[in-house]
Amino acid sequence: MVELERVTKVYRVGTFGGRALKAVDEVSFEIADGEVVSLIGESGSGKTTIGRMILRLIPPTSGRILFSGMDISTLKGKALKDYYRSVQGVFQDPFSSYNPIFKADRVFRVVRQEFFPNVEEGEWGKRVEGALRAVGLAPGEVLGKYPHQLSGGQLQRLLIARALLLDIRFLVADEVISMLDASTRIDVLNLLAELKGERGLSILFITHDLALGHYLSDRAVILYRGCVVERGPIDRVFGKPYHPYTRMLLSSVPRLDRKWEEGKVGLKGQQAAPTKGCVYHARCPFPYESCKGERPHLVEVEPGHLVACHRIGETEVGKCRRQG
Amino acid sequence: MALKVEGLRVYYQTLRGDVRALDGASFSVGDGEIMGLAGESGCGKSTLGRSLILLKPPMKYVGGEVLLDGDPLPIWDRERMAPYRYKKVSIIPQQAMNALNPTRKIGRLIRELLEARGVSSRDLLPELKRRLDLVELSHEVLKMYPIELSGGMKQRVVMVISTLLDPSLLIADEVTSALDVSTQKRVAEMLVGFRDHKFVRSMIVITHDISILYQIADSILVMYAGKLAEKGPTEAIVRRPRHPYTQLLISSLPEIGVRHTERRLSGIPGSPPPLLEPPQGCRFRERCPVAFDRCREEPPFEELAPGHLVACWRAHG
Ligand SMILES: Nc1ncnc2c1ncn2[C@@H]1O[C@H](COP(=O)(O)OP(=O)(O)OP(=O)(O)O)[C@@H](O)[C@H]1O
Ligand SMILES: Nc1ncnc2c1ncn2[C@@H]1O[C@H](COP(=O)(O)OP(=O)(O)OP(=O)(O)O)[C@@H](O)[C@H]1O
Ligand code: SF4
Ligand SMILES: [Mg+2]
Ligand SMILES: [Mg+2]
Repeated sequence: MVELERVTKVYRVGTFGGRALKAVDEVSFEIADGEVVSLIGESGSGKTTIGRMILRLIPPTSGRILFSGMDISTLKGKALKDYYRSVQGVFQDPFSSYNPIFKADRVFRVVRQEFFPNVEEGEWGKRVEGALRAVGLAPGEVLGKYPHQLSGGQLQRLLIARALLLDIRFLVADEVISMLDASTRIDVLNLLAELKGERGLSILFITHDLALGHYLSDRAVILYRGCVVERGPIDRVFGKPYHPYTRMLLSSVPRLDRKWEEGKVGLKGQQAAPTKGCVYHARCPFPYESCKGERPHLVEVEPGHLVACHRIGETEVGKCRRQG
Repeated sequence: MALKVEGLRVYYQTLRGDVRALDGASFSVGDGEIMGLAGESGCGKSTLGRSLILLKPPMKYVGGEVLLDGDPLPIWDRERMAPYRYKKVSIIPQQAMNALNPTRKIGRLIRELLEARGVSSRDLLPELKRRLDLVELSHEVLKMYPIELSGGMKQRVVMVISTLLDPSLLIADEVTSALDVSTQKRVAEMLVGFRDHKFVRSMIVITHDISILYQIADSILVMYAGKLAEKGPTEAIVRRPRHPYTQLLISSLPEIGVRHTERRLSGIPGSPPPLLEPPQGCRFRERCPVAFDRCREEPPFEELAPGHLVACWRAHG
């Protein structure tokens, strides 16, 4: 459904835009029909940048993003409008998507003006109610209310309902639950799982919470400093992580069934300047000399499970197939 | 006992009446204890934290007392609290890392803060540097502006600043919430380090994330709608919670390894009652799956086992 081909994004930063910051570095992966893919990584790893490129809010510096085989950068006019009918985003902070001086359901009216000007009032009302019920909201409880009269979970569901009105096929969900309470979080996650199951919705689920990513997803893409360091079926990536970064992330998850091991992970390396070698080199607990100079490629360690790490070669090279 | 709180009531005055955000809290925190404070958004965690240090309008002191190291704290009196603030009780407010003055370099910011409290920053410089090392920040940050620091770096700066004067009690309000998982772990471990190095004697760590508390807290206090629901040793709260609210809260947490297709978790249906005119009796009653007649009366917050207190009629049976 959505395919990223060696997508790169360079931002100009510094006082006069004099410095280049590579936020996304030759990232390739795809999201199939009805599939949920978790995009996981530390703060600043480029997750939101990828989501925004898929939503065409910003253009890639190089590489292509395909939707049903079409390069999205070529879409114009009606084709672009159709794209937004099928692809929508919901973001971290539900409050910022609403104007506090207007009632919250104004977001629906905007969709109607934009996409369905010919639908009758009565019919539209029915569709809105249907979308609200689909996200587990009672229309009477939320319609006609101001944003401050609704909870974060309710506001977040309203945004998902808005996306549903467009009959979307693909949703970019960027940290949609990080601002919500534990008990509300699970409801929103279950809602996304249902939409996937019932409507065949594909979702790019952006998060740094690995437990939530695991709960919902079919596959995971692990991002460090704009590079994919590991990706594959969720159970494999979480069950048998190869990359030291993936392992470090997993060991950092606060769990209720075991205590953290003593802090092996330093924060210092996070600031280290990038090298031409492995992006994780400065923080890696057991780097080789070659890790400094040469960027490891993604290799397939088992079906569909890819890892970019020089150490993989050490034991598994025989089984590995080199990938682009 | 480092901290002892008795019947503390703090409301917000609004045009529509009082918001009873902290409605009778009694608990204590021992010497060297890290107490976690958990509960849903809006249940009054920050209100409790702030009450112990600075009551700003529209917050209104209604009743109760607070003892720190045996001394009564005049929390209702801004002026008389001044000598205690930062020196005896210090707080890292929620969102503090986003509130750093953007026009000041970190070094100057710290100097001004210390001087405002009548402390010479020169004398403290060696200690400041030692503490920056401890939180893995290079001394270069002193020459940087807040905007040049990542969230995790800013949070560590704020932690160092608020504990420089070795307060007896530190209140850390949601310091790990906005951070990614690896930074969160280190920052949480650093909080424990502050206690172990005796920069602070005891700590109240506020977060809605119980799994973080499981990692670092000695005890956990769970609040619900302005009241204390349960307090006990961390292990007891996580493994054998007795309040129905704590039980539901813990069972709604996704653990790594759980997928929705295998085990579907569920949230807590309903939402908390309004604090403007809270219902009589147990405030959890409307959402409680095991409520019965008796719950129309307010359950007392009483000890079930040593150090394990619960406010629920079912638990007291
Ligand atoms: N508009 C921009 N101009 C310049 N740099 C940017 C811009 N947006 C993002 N960046 C930088 O690009 C990198 C990736 O940012 P991005 O927001 O994609 O990360 P993220 O993985 O979503 O992080 P978080 O978990 O904090 O949301 C960061 O170093 C960030 O500072
Ligand atoms: N200035 C204020 N005026 C009126 N009501 C307020 C004010 N500040 C907070 N409240 C109310 O007091 C209650 C407790 O708020 P508090 O900030 O203590 O919650 P919290 O548990 O810290 O929540 P969160 O997890 O979202 O930080 C809430 O119902 C809130 O709406
Ligand atoms: S006192 Fe009653 S309503 Fe309250 S938690 Fe216990 S059983 Fe439920
Ligand atoms: Mg982001
Ligand atoms: Mg708070």
